Amino acid sequence: MIEKTVAELSAALAAGETTSVALTQAYLDQIAAHNEVLNAYITVCADSAIAQARAADEARAAGSSAPLLGIPIAHKDLFCTAGVKTTSGSKILHNFISPYDATVVERLQAAGAVMLGKTNMDEFAMGSSNESSYYGVARNPWNLDRVPGGSSGGSAAAVAADLCAMATGTDTGGSIRQPAAFCGITGLKPSYGRVSRWGMIAYASSLDQAGPLCKTAEDAAILLNVMAGVDEKDSTSIALPPEDFTATLNNSLKGLRIGLPKQHFTSGLNPAIESAVRNAVAELEKLGAEVKEINLPNSDLAISAYYVIAPAEASANLSRFDGVRYGYRCENPVDLEDMYKRSRSEGFGEEVKRRIMIGTYALSAGFYDAYYRKAQKIRRLVKEDYARAFEDVDVIIGPTTPSPAFALNSMKDSVTMYLEDIYTIALNLAGLPGMSVPAGFVDGLPIGMQLVAKDYAEATLLNVAHQFQQVTNWHKKKPVLTTSEKTTEA
Amino acid sequence: MALTKTEVEKIAHLARLHVSDVEAEEVAKGVSDILALIDKMQSVDTDNVEPLAHPFDAAQKLRPDVVTEPDRRDELQQLAPQSQDGLFLVPKVIE
Repeated sequence: MIEKTVAELSAALAAGETTSVALTQAYLDQIAAHNEVLNAYITVCADSAIAQARAADEARAAGSSAPLLGIPIAHKDLFCTAGVKTTSGSKILHNFISPYDATVVERLQAAGAVMLGKTNMDEFAMGSSNESSYYGVARNPWNLDRVPGGSSGGSAAAVAADLCAMATGTDTGGSIRQPAAFCGITGLKPSYGRVSRWGMIAYASSLDQAGPLCKTAEDAAILLNVMAGVDEKDSTSIALPPEDFTATLNNSLKGLRIGLPKQHFTSGLNPAIESAVRNAVAELEKLGAEVKEINLPNSDLAISAYYVIAPAEASANLSRFDGVRYGYRCENPVDLEDMYKRSRSEGFGEEVKRRIMIGTYALSAGFYDAYYRKAQKIRRLVKEDYARAFEDVDVIIGPTTPSPAFALNSMKDSVTMYLEDIYTIALNLAGLPGMSVPAGFVDGLPIGMQLVAKDYAEATLLNVAHQFQQVTNWHKKKPVLTTSEKTTEA
Repeated sequence: MALTKTEVEKIAHLARLHVSDVEAEEVAKGVSDILALIDKMQSVDTDNVEPLAHPFDAAQKLRPDVVTEPDRRDELQQLAPQSQDGLFLVPKVIE
């Protein structure tokens, strides 16, 4: 049962074939069997999950039938969860029990989802491998010597290994799409403002966006229906007409115009990924789509602009961690400045400190125009590239990543790792919705195809991805978990 | 561009981070590598481009200035490393 999709579980619960308590226990058993090795969860909430499951079963007996009622979910550990430890993958929040729920958590709870626990992540979402987590690296279920991707690596690994039915993640430069690609699952980064950021521990506020990590596009649509919506507590969330993202999943792709950016099919791309993505596009052509090459001339500048804007915003956001009101405080500070400096230096990991330093430098007196303002101008050029492209096409398709999941400890420095996000970062600068869907295997590892649509056109992405998944089986492939005598087939 | 040890110390102080003498060189290298990546932007002429601060150029929304949060001081202060009588305690600031 645990290998089923959210849509299938929802139907099974409605038909009385199982109960939320049984289902939740099955996932808890799977977690008990495999989390020690995968390290996908930082915190498991077994008792409260069973209590929530019992409440869901009672609600169903009393006539409720919401699509997510009783379905077990995992939340990335940067969503605040009332009464539950919320670390953002950092030592500095090792003892932080959130006093409130993030809006996303609240909405999913109100929809009846059962929270299994909090998933592992790169510290403060800064990373593409999960290696910067203070709580140890999460591992890729397809190959334990490989990274699951990041920063939402724990969520992606948990979905791929059936340690939950669905998960939340956040995406600032690719942090949903890249781990989804590495773990062979479906991940959606909604348009900026589509989902409330309230209660998400901020990394870069003008880029961060929450979204679902699931087994199928249909599941992502079901989840987005609940996650999306304007929120008074997040002034950057946008009031859009309510939409049922499942309603258009079965639309025909006849006449759909697909653009392939030539900058995303260059020499840096693994040739086996290129051919997998081109084969995937050919499947969409068979469904009636038309394909043309497009031009995104400022693509290669996006990564440079991102590494000004994201660290600049991070340096401001992370100034709140000062050892005064919550979180880690150093031992025996001699004075206030010593307390600030040592609490932060001992509490933050190396990558986080590096990004704070970059951001502080970029925003410091005399450098603002050369860095932050310049980066914001590049950001407009990137946005305009996409706007021009979308005059001629409905969806832009390319690889999610230039290579499959890399080996643990194989990235020799930060910049090498940053370049792994070359295809995903521009979307965050432009605020556009993007998705990664499984599109094949390279060296036994799953790879992803990235779909991009114009502002607020998540329904188009989900429609294309769902139709693709009706004619392909890549999303149904499962890793063989050899870490204990129990298997996923149990 | 490569940062000097003095520059690293200045930035670290602005960010309220402690960087030891031993770490300074490595930090300077890490930060300088990233700055080299960033500096690729300087090759593009952006004189007539307006900066984009928000992906949809949206303006900040306003709301009436009314109290919306309940008083949860006691509960929230339980998270503090040190507090007393409703106050957060820090090392002595005024002699």
